[in-house]
Amino acid sequence: MLGKTAGGLYWMFRLLERGENTARMVEAGFRMALTRSTDSETEWKSVVTTSGVGRGYDSVYDHYAAKEVIDYLLRDKRNPSSVLSVSKAARDNARLVRTALTTEVWEAVNENWMVLTDLLENPVQQKDLPAALATIRQHSALVRGALHGTMLRNDIYDFSRLGTFIERADNTARIIDVKYYTLLPSVSFVGSSLDNVQWETVLRSVSAHRSFRWLHQGDMTASAIADFLILDRRLPRSLAFCISQVVSQLDALSDDYKVTLPCNDMARKLDKDMRSRDIGAIFEDGLHEFISTFIGRNNALAMQIETDFRFNK
Amino acid sequence: MLLHISHTTKYAYDQPVDYALQQLRLTPQVLKCQRIVDWKITVDGGTVEAFYTDHHGNDVHLINVDAGGVSVSITAAGSVETTDTAGIVPLPKSGPPLWYFSQTTALTTPGPAIGKLASETASETNNLNRLHSLSRLIAKQVSYGKDGTYVATTAEEAMQGGVGVCQDHAHIFIAAARAGGIPARYVSGYLMMDGQIDQDASHAWAEAFVNGLGWVGFDVSNSQSPDERYVRLAVGRDYHDAAPFSGMRVGNAKETMIVNLQVQQ
Amino acid sequence: MDKNKQFFDEMIAGPDTVTDPYIGYNKWFAEQDPDHLTRKSQEAETFFRRSGITFNVYGQAEAQERLIPFDLVPRIIAEREWAKLSKGIAQRVTAINAFIHDVYNRQEILRAGVVPYDLVAKNDAFLPQMMGFSPPGKVYTHIVGTDIVRTGPDDFFVLEDNARTPSGVSYMLENRETMLQMFPELFSRVRVKPVNSYPDSLHRALCDCAPPACNGKPRVAVLTPGIHNSAYFEHSFLADQMGVELVEGHDLRVVDGRIAMRTTLGYEPVDVLYRRIDDEYLDPLSFNPDSMLGVPGIMDIYRAGGITIANAPGAGIADDKAIYSYMPEIVEFYTGEKAILKNVETFRCAEPDALKYTLDNLHELVVKEVHGSGGYGMLVGPAASKQELEDFAAKLRARPANYIAQPTLSLSTVPIFTDSELAPRHVDLRPYVLVSPNGINITPGGLTRVALTEGSLVVNSSQGGGTKDTWVLEE
Repeated sequence: MLGKTAGGLYWMFRLLERGENTARMVEAGFRMALTRSTDSETEWKSVVTTSGVGRGYDSVYDHYAAKEVIDYLLRDKRNPSSVLSVSKAARDNARLVRTALTTEVWEAVNENWMVLTDLLENPVQQKDLPAALATIRQHSALVRGALHGTMLRNDIYDFSRLGTFIERADNTARIIDVKYYTLLPSVSFVGSSLDNVQWETVLRSVSAHRSFRWLHQGDMTASAIADFLILDRRLPRSLAFCISQVVSQLDALSDDYKVTLPCNDMARKLDKDMRSRDIGAIFEDGLHEFISTFIGRNNALAMQIETDFRFNK
Repeated sequence: MLLHISHTTKYAYDQPVDYALQQLRLTPQVLKCQRIVDWKITVDGGTVEAFYTDHHGNDVHLINVDAGGVSVSITAAGSVETTDTAGIVPLPKSGPPLWYFSQTTALTTPGPAIGKLASETASETNNLNRLHSLSRLIAKQVSYGKDGTYVATTAEEAMQGGVGVCQDHAHIFIAAARAGGIPARYVSGYLMMDGQIDQDASHAWAEAFVNGLGWVGFDVSNSQSPDERYVRLAVGRDYHDAAPFSGMRVGNAKETMIVNLQVQQ
Repeated sequence: MDKNKQFFDEMIAGPDTVTDPYIGYNKWFAEQDPDHLTRKSQEAETFFRRSGITFNVYGQAEAQERLIPFDLVPRIIAEREWAKLSKGIAQRVTAINAFIHDVYNRQEILRAGVVPYDLVAKNDAFLPQMMGFSPPGKVYTHIVGTDIVRTGPDDFFVLEDNARTPSGVSYMLENRETMLQMFPELFSRVRVKPVNSYPDSLHRALCDCAPPACNGKPRVAVLTPGIHNSAYFEHSFLADQMGVELVEGHDLRVVDGRIAMRTTLGYEPVDVLYRRIDDEYLDPLSFNPDSMLGVPGIMDIYRAGGITIANAPGAGIADDKAIYSYMPEIVEFYTGEKAILKNVETFRCAEPDALKYTLDNLHELVVKEVHGSGGYGMLVGPAASKQELEDFAAKLRARPANYIAQPTLSLSTVPIFTDSELAPRHVDLRPYVLVSPNGINITPGGLTRVALTEGSLVVNSSQGGGTKDTWVLEE
């Protein structure tokens, strides 16, 4: 496979994942704003920060409010990470790697772009927001379904999945990074309404609020939430789960190509480090430091993958 | 005359080069006026990727600079047995047709200055005499000097500037000859300067086609016809076609070049 | 234009009668509910858009992608008509390859005075770098699109030879696919020669021209300028159908004396490169040094026998419109036979008499740029305003050698389905021809382009033309 094609697949799925995550964060932010009357400015700001587009946003707006943030995250063409921008970029990447995709996957990505271009042509009214977000999620699911249902399990699939999980790990880590203080046991007021709302937002940002309840039945503690998001392999958006998936895709590539590359070792080491920790130890060493280090290591791994498989040169 | 030549060109880059190619036209042509006794091209810091004969009959080596390298050194060396043919090379059996050498190129497109030059010799009806007087006129009007022109200077620009190196003299000659309806071409090669082993650079001169004779050489810069002190490397319509080196590289590295050339008996 | 002028319609022979090739189709058509067909037509459009079968239009808003309108009435050619056409095309393409080889080597045809040497010498499409070189298999035009128009039951003319990178073959294949999906029962009633072997034939033709350096099974790749190119869909389609990589210039490098593509496991050599970029951009080392699309050093490797480039650089010398006017002589010179297919009468404006005639009769003529393509820079006299005629006359006087003129042909019509009924529209035909050392392969039919505007003679997709599925009957 061409290095460029591998890169195109990887980025196509990173971008699709990013679009979906952004929609999810808008949803969590919107819900927070609905359920809480005060200080929504701070909440919207943290949504923007978590999306990693703070600088771009600040160059366009001087305040944080629902209308502007939602518009910037969903449909602003100046924002390369807006849902609209990434649907276009993902589709461009799909065109680039058209020969590697099944008709079903290509059509799903193409349709995702067509539907979202239409949906996001004008600012989304708040009353229409839930439906619009549902459409975004639904089309992401269609692409994913087409991938799982029609693609051969070969290197094409592996690079696609690598893109998804590297992006997802980064996204979950950034959600925790921005809200880490609400998860610190030392400052949490167990059962206080403030924390419940904050925690709920965090969980909603990764669509894990219901599964957390199922698994923990009322044990809504900072430590349990942090453990769930970081170390619980049952949660498909936890850091541990994402990294274990990255390792297995890289192992599959290693088997297929009959070669072990620096990224294989890097990923295995990261995975091992995740497995050797429990949440108590993480809190002891510092949650913030842990997450910062994780984000750095995940990025370095991403760079190594690009180098090892010659995406660009 | 047996000439011994050693020609080393070293390119140094101010940062590692990711990808760079060099086309070399550094192999003496096989002709009646020159016979190759031995000749070798060695590359340090690069690989020879391809060898072929181009559309003008020149031998070309394609060099790939080692990825990550900061210099490449190319040495062409050997001995060539030359014969004085009074600057005449017969028309080859195959190769580009004569009309092709009547066409102007970007470097040899005539302007007013070339036009004037060509008209000054137009009254001469014998083509050979006409070419000789053209050569003399150019030598008189365009003095030899290294600071007036650079590699992409056109014939017209050099003529207007009134100063140039061998490349410019050859271009002016070619442009004016073609303007007068005579096919002409560019030759690059070596010249053994009398009493001097180390040469500054490789040389260039012009040839024009004269019926009954063939290609006749004119070295405007030295006001003489090529003889046994000349070794021919490549021909073409202009410098671009026959240049000993033409290259390209990817990235921002800056390049400096050092030439070491010895021609001796 | 004369509204009462009678055009030959390929389907409708008179009130309530159709021509022979259309009898089977017409019977089926008569049984169809027009509303149902209208729905099918819309379905086809949705299908094309969803599949991304689009082309980009230059000079329009960023990344504008358009559909080429598809008309569901097929263009039908009788087997006997096709046999004659394909024989004529093969003869012409054989002559074209011989001509190109000659022009870049001995130039016998110029020496013989059959084609004036100025036409080659002063031609931008002449590529000196190809002189004294024979490409692998001596094939220059691996893929040719020969544009053909019809004016009467037995009157076929060649309008243009596309010897560089003829496009549109993906539409030929997709149109048939669409028809098969929409009207499967129709194909059980009317027997049509299949076209779907084209990608395999293309792959084989390319492999048959592998370069000397190839060892083992030849590896083919398609070179595209990238996703913003107007024909990108076709590039990816063909690569996909052949099962080969679709590469861009920056995927390729000179490695071990070959042109190699960067894969996830390192560089691997390419044997045959089906390039869809123009000569000028192909190699910044040999041609345009500013080209970002090309592959530096590819011409060196090509001449050294390390790769095959299809079509060969410099092949465009044969599809120049001034050279076109000499095609009957060229065919005879190389094949020793009279040309089977007729040329359209062509006035070379470089010649003073022809220029005068053209200027005097501009309102009746079609004037084209010698090197133009895609319908750009062309004047259709009968459809032009007075101002347009005057402006064009000025351009003609300024650069006469840049133009040729041809009479306005009475292009045949084939009905399209519009507003629930059939209406005649002008068409042309581009059959696709593959050339290899083992012979010439012509896919039955080709791409029918149709001018969708009533009375219009311009069929180019960039100028509002559509396409039809093209049937050659199996009789």
